[in-house]
Amino acid sequence: MINIALPKGRLGEKVYKMFEDAGYGCPDIFTGRRLVFENKDAGVRYFWVKPSDVPIYVERGAADLGVAGRDILLEYEPNVYELKDLGTGICRMAVAAPKGFRDDSEYLLRVATKFVNIAQNFYSQAGRDIDIIKLNGSIEIAPLLGLSDVIVDLVETGTTLRENGLEVIEEIMEVSARLIANKSGYNFKSREINELLGRL
Amino acid sequence: MEFDLNVLTRTEKRIFALRTLYSKAGYSPYRMLKFEDYDLYSRNKDFLVSDRVITFTDTNGRLKALKPDVTMSLVRNIKDRPDELQRLYYDENVYRVSERTNSFKEIMQMGLECIGAAGNACVTEILRLAESSLALIAEGRDYVLKVSDFDLIIPLVESMTEDKAVRNGIYKLMGQKNIHGIEELCSANGIDEQAVRPLAEVLGLCGSPAEVLPQLERICSGTPAESEVPELREVLEGIGPDSRILLDFSITSDTSYYNGVALEGYIEGLPDCVLVGGRYDRLMQRMHKKSRAIGFAVYLDALAGMGAAPASEDEEDI
Repeated sequence: MINIALPKGRLGEKVYKMFEDAGYGCPDIFTGRRLVFENKDAGVRYFWVKPSDVPIYVERGAADLGVAGRDILLEYEPNVYELKDLGTGICRMAVAAPKGFRDDSEYLLRVATKFVNIAQNFYSQAGRDIDIIKLNGSIEIAPLLGLSDVIVDLVETGTTLRENGLEVIEEIMEVSARLIANKSGYNFKSREINELLGRL
Repeated sequence: MEFDLNVLTRTEKRIFALRTLYSKAGYSPYRMLKFEDYDLYSRNKDFLVSDRVITFTDTNGRLKALKPDVTMSLVRNIKDRPDELQRLYYDENVYRVSERTNSFKEIMQMGLECIGAAGNACVTEILRLAESSLALIAEGRDYVLKVSDFDLIIPLVESMTEDKAVRNGIYKLMGQKNIHGIEELCSANGIDEQAVRPLAEVLGLCGSPAEVLPQLERICSGTPAESEVPELREVLEGIGPDSRILLDFSITSDTSYYNGVALEGYIEGLPDCVLVGGRYDRLMQRMHKKSRAIGFAVYLDALAGMGAAPASEDEEDI
């Protein structure tokens, strides 16, 4: 039995469809409020968990496999295998600022973000000193309220940015969903996991 | 002296079982100092799992450290006899920062080292003892000993690029079995797709020596790693067909210290590695020793997730 942690929400549903198309479906997975679903015949058990918790379930061995965005993997750097780029959930990690913003290098740049590690690495490579402001949501309002100069966040269509008077000033990287595996569990289930990988 | 085995804790029983195994195999106990001069670690920070060390000033003003690593202490203190083979085992606590809790932890380690004329026969002996150690502590669960070979991996990576930062990026991605990440990194640095293919194929391998060695020979043919495959075959020839060895080339460590065979042991149901080891001739050279060396350590704390002890009939074996 392969235990798979899926991220709750739109990305998880998209990825589940990929597993289903590959022959690893679970008929009642979208019914009720249960969080664990099993298909003994297909040899899979799915868990719906918070997206940022997926790497924790996998790293600690509660799940053999999991699906997490590249953003989450780079932010938390879990000790896991990253077996496949699933090519879905594609968006960009970018720096956004109010329209017309000019960076004044005389001062610390105030950066609001959920992704502290990614933002620090990006500005460290650029040689720019920053003041990180860790937020957990509604990042877009930070520059509007004078809390930060810029934000580092995921951008899919750019609509939320535009509606809040922000624009992308620099792209950091492309983000997509990745299939990750526990380093111990992989050794004991490598045949099953590689068969699943081959079918995806 | 009368002695009832039932008074021993589960960890103590494991320690005695491993001591018995190593003593019977001809290894002698090695006891080391509790504290080391801090400069030993400050000069070789890259060898350590974490560069943070607990330090204190001794009464004579010297900066001392609680050992974060056993191997380095042992290498510094042992006499260099490159024509002999010194077989040693230890049972020591080390003090390291846990990546998960970001605080210092005391970690129980039991391990052994072969130092001196440590040739291929010695590697085979270490692989057998590592496997036997896993069998002893696994308490009936399945286990695997993952084996890689840095002498095979390093020439493949070094033939791809001379850029040290890119090489380090490749090693990091190898540790994640992240083949798509390696292809992306190489593409961004102008490395030809054909040059990446042998490494990508090697990284995709995972199986018993009988399954993997023929594939390895095919993949490495005509590459700078070609000459290493017969060496690896020779080392593995002495291993029986029931072995739980898996060849898997995703093990990575600092290549300026390690070379040759690298190993990691896993027990089914435990998320973390419980045994780590390999050949470290390059560390010996860096510490001005002519001896060759190979060893491994068993992390007894990593067995904490094994739950209740098995039924008492197994206790006699432990």
